[in-house]
Amino acid sequence: MTATLPSKAAAVEGQTKPFASVAGLTKRFSNGVTVLENVSLDLAPGDFVSLIGPSGCGKSTLLKLFSGLSSISGGEITVDGMKPDDARELMSFIFQDATLLPWRTVIGNIELGLELEGGTTAPQRRAKAFELLKLVGLSDVANHYPRQLSGGMKMRVSIARALSTRPKLLLMDEPFGALDEMTRDYLNEELLRLREEQKWTALFVTHSVAEAVFLSTRVVVLQAKPGRIRRDIVIPFPFPRLPQLRSDPAYLDLVGQVSQALRDICLETKEARA
Amino acid sequence: MKRFLSQLGWPVGVFIAVLALWYCGTKLFEVPAYILPDPLRVISVGWEKRDNLFSAVRISAVEAGGGFILSVIGGVIIAFILAQSALIRRCMFPYTILLQTVPIVAIAPLILMWFGSGIKSVLLIVFIICLFPIIANTTQGLISVDQNLLNLFRMSNASRSQVLFKLRFPHAIPNFFVGLRISGGLSVIGAFTGEMFASSNAVGEGGLGYSIIYANSQLQTDYLFALVIACAALGSCFFFTVVFFEWLFLHNWHASAMKPDAE
Repeated sequence: MTATLPSKAAAVEGQTKPFASVAGLTKRFSNGVTVLENVSLDLAPGDFVSLIGPSGCGKSTLLKLFSGLSSISGGEITVDGMKPDDARELMSFIFQDATLLPWRTVIGNIELGLELEGGTTAPQRRAKAFELLKLVGLSDVANHYPRQLSGGMKMRVSIARALSTRPKLLLMDEPFGALDEMTRDYLNEELLRLREEQKWTALFVTHSVAEAVFLSTRVVVLQAKPGRIRRDIVIPFPFPRLPQLRSDPAYLDLVGQVSQALRDICLETKEARA
Repeated sequence: MKRFLSQLGWPVGVFIAVLALWYCGTKLFEVPAYILPDPLRVISVGWEKRDNLFSAVRISAVEAGGGFILSVIGGVIIAFILAQSALIRRCMFPYTILLQTVPIVAIAPLILMWFGSGIKSVLLIVFIICLFPIIANTTQGLISVDQNLLNLFRMSNASRSQVLFKLRFPHAIPNFFVGLRISGGLSVIGAFTGEMFASSNAVGEGGLGYSIIYANSQLQTDYLFALVIACAALGSCFFFTVVFFEWLFLHNWHASAMKPDAE
């Protein structure tokens, strides 16, 4: 089974060239375990694609392969026509924990991305960092240290840092996984608001079905051992999406569909083991 | 600074209580002065011989401080080299452990033979005794950087020097200070040990180590006590200087240097 499931969203939008694409991707670890097998996925410009699946389905590995820090065993990944290694300037990564430098203030942490990128002066970086801090609503805590912030605030700093380099592709590995539900919902809405202001394409790994459906243009369900794409579900709701969407029957129906797909995968795995 | 002083309050209180107990004890049990002189006598003898005492403290402070600073420079350079690759660490680390396991008194005579008696040998002994804690802790700090942070830097195409100066060095500062605290105390012991071997030729003009041996041989127990106290004071000075700098560098962000929030 598997092979190429064509991107429905891309098909709907007409034959636009995908912004990022994964073609026949296979990843084997050195211990012989195949984490991803023949995975193909196209991201149209502006797509927000969530990857969801049981643990071991390789969703985080897929994200890591985009970063170019891990080598590909077969197939290829292209971002704006380039190999991941050459496209680093187009991408930003957001990790599950905020990965802030504890010895830098909030503003200093946001400046880091620009600093590493180079080509800007210190005052330019400062101005830019303040702009982003305002965007994520944290101007008040510019000179605080990360230890003084709550988990949600740290994550907002992390998002601001990621956006500071004006990425075209945002790679997020369960960024809100460690937060409580209220904070998570709030940050989901914030993320969509930022998306309206700065158009980027996103690849988002999550364990939360509700979050995936709320945020995404498409939810890709993966099965494990080896990781393959099981379903590619288009989420048709227009943007901007309002919090009220969460109680919309159509939304709940889609959440149900994705949950069902995940349940099927789990049942099969159990049967296979029995 | 105010907090720094109030932190000193309690240990100073204990110090005064011990002095009082000591005084009463010697008076109550009529201990002979050559076995245990009472504290007032120690103070008065220390005052009488203040010129000798201060010159001994000065000599030891220069030896301990000089050796300590050399070991900080040397230790950080070695830690930096060790942090470069796991292979280098595997090759070299067992030998740095020798610094810790070979007793300094065993190599002190050798050093004396090679470098002669005098400050050079003492500095070298202090250097050797202080080196290991700085190497071990700083190396640990340099290599124990969070993998996600490292990935973040790599994904941003950070250069090797950016990873070093913006990530590894700041991250290693808390560990570095752990090493400094240990070595700060050891430096005085090193100076003391060094003097016992190395400066025994300089009759009458030696540091605390030499003076203590001399006072002991003359049965000047009261002066000996004054010297021991000076020794402890010098060690404390080193320790608190290190703690002060640690506070200066870390109080903003690191858990070890933070006070729990005001109750």
